[in-house]
Amino acid sequence: MAVWSDQALIEQDIETFLDRHLHKSLLRFITCGSVDDGKSTLIGRLLYDSKMVFDDQLASLARDSKTLGTQGDALDFALLVDGLAAEREQGITIDVAYRFFATERRKFIVADTPGHEQYTRNMVTGASTADLAVILVDARKGILNQTRRHSSLVTLMGIKQVVLAVNKMDLVGWSETSFRSIVESYREFATAIGLAAFDAIPLSGLTGDNVIAASAHLPWYQGPTLLDHLESVALDEDPALGQDFRLPVQWVNRPDPQFRGFCGQIAAGRVRPGDEVRLLPSGRTATIDRIVTYDGDLAEARAGQSVTVTLTEDHDVSRGDMLAAAAAPPEVADQFRAHMVWLATAPLLPGRPYWLQIGAKLVSASVTEIKYRLNISSLEHQAAKTLQLNEIAQVNLSLDQPIAFMAYADNRTLGGFILIDRVTNGTVAAGMIEFALRRAHNIHWQALDVSKRSRAAAKGQKPVILWFTGLSGAGKSTIANLVEKRLQAEGRHTYLLDGDNVRHGLNRDLGFSDGDRVENIRRVAEVAKLMTEAGLIVLVSFISPFRAERAMARALFEPDEFFEIFIDTSLAVTESRDVKGLYKKARAGQLKNFTGIDSPYEPPENPEIHIDTARLSPVEAAERIVTDVMGRAPDWNV
Amino acid sequence: MLYSIGKDSAVMLRLARKAFFPGALPFPLLHVDTTWKFRDMYAMRDQVAAEPGLEMIVHINQDGIRAGINPFDHGSAVHTDIMKTQGLKQALDQGGFDAAFGGARRDEEKSRAKERIFSFRDANHQWDPKNQRPELWSLYNSKIHRGETIRVFPLSNWTELDVWQYIYLEKIPVVPLYFAAERPVVERDGGLIMVDDARMRLRPGETPVLRRVRFRTLGCYPLSGAVPSEAETVTAVIREMMLTTTSERQGRLIDHDQSASMEKKKREGYF
Repeated sequence: MAVWSDQALIEQDIETFLDRHLHKSLLRFITCGSVDDGKSTLIGRLLYDSKMVFDDQLASLARDSKTLGTQGDALDFALLVDGLAAEREQGITIDVAYRFFATERRKFIVADTPGHEQYTRNMVTGASTADLAVILVDARKGILNQTRRHSSLVTLMGIKQVVLAVNKMDLVGWSETSFRSIVESYREFATAIGLAAFDAIPLSGLTGDNVIAASAHLPWYQGPTLLDHLESVALDEDPALGQDFRLPVQWVNRPDPQFRGFCGQIAAGRVRPGDEVRLLPSGRTATIDRIVTYDGDLAEARAGQSVTVTLTEDHDVSRGDMLAAAAAPPEVADQFRAHMVWLATAPLLPGRPYWLQIGAKLVSASVTEIKYRLNISSLEHQAAKTLQLNEIAQVNLSLDQPIAFMAYADNRTLGGFILIDRVTNGTVAAGMIEFALRRAHNIHWQALDVSKRSRAAAKGQKPVILWFTGLSGAGKSTIANLVEKRLQAEGRHTYLLDGDNVRHGLNRDLGFSDGDRVENIRRVAEVAKLMTEAGLIVLVSFISPFRAERAMARALFEPDEFFEIFIDTSLAVTESRDVKGLYKKARAGQLKNFTGIDSPYEPPENPEIHIDTARLSPVEAAERIVTDVMGRAPDWNV
Repeated sequence: MLYSIGKDSAVMLRLARKAFFPGALPFPLLHVDTTWKFRDMYAMRDQVAAEPGLEMIVHINQDGIRAGINPFDHGSAVHTDIMKTQGLKQALDQGGFDAAFGGARRDEEKSRAKERIFSFRDANHQWDPKNQRPELWSLYNSKIHRGETIRVFPLSNWTELDVWQYIYLEKIPVVPLYFAAERPVVERDGGLIMVDDARMRLRPGETPVLRRVRFRTLGCYPLSGAVPSEAETVTAVIREMMLTTTSERQGRLIDHDQSASMEKKKREGYF
């Protein structure tokens, strides 16, 4: 580096320098502010003034400042950090960027996060790993909607150290009054969002005043400069160290039959050989034998270390399981209250199953209720049926299996999760667990003496579910009806759940929005499941347009019970037939969200049975289905 | 795991060894060979490949060889694209690999500062910087469709100093070219290019002279600039690095073409 603050030491005694550098603490912080608040300029200034900019980078900066800069002939420090071509052209930061610098006292990683509303997800990303947030405010503009938004978000993400950097003080004549009034109005908002304390610093990123060196323009300000503050702010010793031992198992290491090691990063507490641990979810108890590392066995390991442990007993443990202090195991639950930030363009659909990833565990989860949507500027709680990009809500979640966890406020690793869309594989939400719902603890499965198997045996049949999907008017109900008649004639016990009929009763409260369609299918799938438990052969005739919900329905049943039957009739044909006159209405705009017209139909990729209605008559189709199902369900004649 | 023979690869390999100890690495190493690396680099690669429990795949873009692609006639941009970027895509496709580790760091270059640790690539190996998956806490979404891949950068948050410090603390062997020695070089386009073998084409007026130099980054020898140096040990290298006034990537000729050149290469599939 051009001139390093430790320069003399480096020149004279590099070993001592390296030893000191190794033991410096690391502060991870994020900077947030509105467009034009001067974030990139401030970070560029921090890097430049702490001598982290090399001569060749400076030369390229000088060149770029002339062609792309906004500061006339002066250096435009924002260009040091705006990396992507699109950002340089538009003069804005698009994506979260990470910068690295070090001083004599500390090492730093800065997450530079964009200010525009549409990129909130990047801010949440940057905040998830930060210990401190620098919130920039333009001294001329004061507290903006964006300032409130960003402050709420960093508080929500669990950041407790906040610096209010009042920037561009040069443009308000270094006025103490302006500074004080901004600090006062921020204090009100901070209290409202539960931010206990913050530090306010007046500065100018452009001129460098009070960024690193104290400013002669601010004689009324006695506090530290921004860098002084960053270097000296007390870092909470990681609270996870004082908690009970938790090791989420990331991988099982089995190089040979004699060795079975459980690898992962310790999420809380400490562990020593001889410690008793509880294995979750199995609940069995075991004893730590060794803590194995490449550099030799350890006598103790603690939160933050990545280790491989072996157990004295020979128990089965898999990726996603947890080893925890036997005397104080964590809570295990499958229903939660959580805060969630929606990160995708496609809205949240309550009831739809998503993947939930927490630690090394991947389970299926759905939002069962949106308690409220949070307006993070006004802090108002609003009712909501769905969530759009960048919206924040408190929700209830239901998982398909119980997981060990801690509240996010206590442990980010064991309480933070993401949701993944099962079709696009995109990361669609970030969530913070608050607590397990009591109902998860209190409602247990009632063990029943008469089983599904005995009920089915009494009827002399194997219960299966025939799920008919296809466009409105494709012929689903006609064919399903014929299939049921054939089965009845053979003495089978059946029931046909028809989309239109169910909407007259059980689902009369649901409309045709995407969210309601998901709930419609969820209820029918659950009803069908109860009926198969009763030993019935169930026929479901629903448009069921989305792959995700058909997959959800399928997941409720045994692998050999579920038959997805695609009644494949082209839109042109169904529309020309238009038995119920619905296509005509939809085309006329009188019927909203009509599948195939203004709401999508996602055809099955691998249905068990594919009926092309252009080739088969309804009677032939029914015949083919009965034959196929009988052929594929070997237990058909129990 | 991409193995480029350089110092970052050496560190990444050591970390992987530690992670899977006492087992062997559950994945092979892949070296995409442009055929123009320094002889010392090949020696180091073969030494590593001979270590027990390691599988080393070496891939050379044979289309490039048939077309006679080389850094002299085709320039750094074409040579790097065909032998390195296209070669890498071929190797990943041939191996059917759905994820590959790379040693890139965010502190290297501006567009890399915005890279995810799990960087998603479409079926054509392309990176879309405007459409990256949000990456929160230490939760990495590894779900992909058939044909899509993920590049994983475990050293994302390391700095150049961190890398050297780790090499120092762990006593990790690195290619001797990182340390100063008398080497035959010519001055070319403002840099010092080492004459590593007989394939080096000298321009009129160029005569190799012996100078004490070392390399801050290693690549194809005709494209890697040396710096005059007296640093013969790891600590001396760190000392020199901390007192120098130019950045690490300056020695790489590929970055100078245009300001956003790295981003462009990455979009096209460069590591």
